[in-house]
Amino acid sequence: MLGDDRSVAESEQKLIELAGASYSYGGGEILSDLSLRLAPGSFHFLTGPSGSGKTTLLRLCYMELLPSAGAVRVLDQDVHGMDRDQVALMRRRIGVVHQDCRFLDHLSVGENIALPLRVSGQNSDDENANLDDLLGWVGLSAQKQSTPPQLSGGERQRAALARAVIMSPDVIIADEPTGNIDWEMAQRLMLLLVELNRMGKTILIATHDLNLIRTVKNQVAARVLRIKNRRLQLAGADL
Amino acid sequence: MIALGGIFRTLIVGDKQADRVVPPTGITARLTTFAAGAMAFLAVFALALALATGRLADQWSSELAKTATVRISAPDGQQEAQALAALLVLETTPGIASARLMEDAEQRKLLEPWFGPDLPLDTLPIPRLIEVIETAAGPDFDGLRLRLSAEAPGAILDDHTRWRRPLVKAASRLRMLAGVSIILIALTTAAMITLAANAALAANASVILVLRLVGAKDAYIARAFVRRFTLRALAGAGVGMAVALGFVFFLPAAVTEGAFLTGLGFQGWHWVIPLAIPPLSAVVAFWATRRAAMRTLRGLT
Repeated sequence: MLGDDRSVAESEQKLIELAGASYSYGGGEILSDLSLRLAPGSFHFLTGPSGSGKTTLLRLCYMELLPSAGAVRVLDQDVHGMDRDQVALMRRRIGVVHQDCRFLDHLSVGENIALPLRVSGQNSDDENANLDDLLGWVGLSAQKQSTPPQLSGGERQRAALARAVIMSPDVIIADEPTGNIDWEMAQRLMLLLVELNRMGKTILIATHDLNLIRTVKNQVAARVLRIKNRRLQLAGADL
Repeated sequence: MIALGGIFRTLIVGDKQADRVVPPTGITARLTTFAAGAMAFLAVFALALALATGRLADQWSSELAKTATVRISAPDGQQEAQALAALLVLETTPGIASARLMEDAEQRKLLEPWFGPDLPLDTLPIPRLIEVIETAAGPDFDGLRLRLSAEAPGAILDDHTRWRRPLVKAASRLRMLAGVSIILIALTTAAMITLAANAALAANASVILVLRLVGAKDAYIARAFVRRFTLRALAGAGVGMAVALGFVFFLPAAVTEGAFLTGLGFQGWHWVIPLAIPPLSAVVAFWATRRAAMRTLRGLT
């Protein structure tokens, strides 16, 4: 856990808060005593070597995992106190972009992007208006009827980002979103995330690409967190 | 009531787009439909058996309960006198509607199936038979036996109890067996649909994971599977029931000579009862799939 002088808390207001959270699996502790507060409109990078627990931390944030000890609060609610329906409702306010995108390959790109609207019961008029805007924003209007396997790596990531933001969530979490795409495409994706942050969205991105972090830090006030020895630290001035 | 209406509307009308979220499951779909059809086919026959044995039990019970037989076995020369004495006793006994000495021709006809048509009845020591028809209240059989033994020592009263009891018992047991079969068929249908639903849920684990991650509630995910399996069971059971009803319809009609074997069918309004099998199969499928889906979903984050 970080000391008070190096707390990663940004303000009293927070969308996601980890308070002394640990996560163990198979008898071994993967994350230990983490404290983190994500304030509205903040931009965080999460870095660390492969296997350090970046993905596990993100999964704690979007409630795919529950902490073994300590507390995780999402939008001021403790995840341990939520029932399954509440978790589902919370996830509609958190957009997630995975490295492998996790599309339903039997649906079109448009249907995949609109999936959060569909499962939340929103009508097709809302869906079409939002969807066309989003497809234009991520530059995939022409691929609306394509299926995910027909997209390139960069297109898949942009489609995943469109799906993550279609519900206009408070927080966007991305796990190695540029891991499988080239530098140019990675920069293009990051620009979209920076744009979202400027619109007031809270962003948390796990990446090991330090060049990408430096590029983004030139555009927004991003904080860089590092997982080292199962604990969370603020990264040094080299970033 | 409103909730039930909502479930019914969701099941029948559905949400075409939401249905597409879960990909088609090919062989599982066909197996579910086939299993529901086969079970409905068997259920129709079990139902026919239950109803037919019920009718037989009632028929045997009522027919045999109304009649009795007095058999006169006496030495030559006394048989006729004892028969007349027994008739006199019967005619004066309360609870007896009528008593009639059977003709030789009638007795010959009764023995024909065993001895053939040319039976020389007069050369054989055949007892005389008196057919007794009881009133609704019936006689006091113990008192009647005592009076008959006093007036006609060769008279033996047979109130058919020893025939009636095992027949009615056998028919009742058959009816119970058919009922148990119907319950077993329903449980087997539930078990098979549960297995098929579990297979479909396992095959679509990645789809379910994505749906949960984008904020789908368990009820939304379960509904996609429940609707699919319920409609498959309904369709399969509908076909199975129709085919079975066709078979039952073309069974030989009930005739007196072979009442047991040829009476296995539906009569009158009983033809309506099998129509309940497809909706009941759908209810079983709905319950089994929903239970399997919710159990599987609870195991996921």
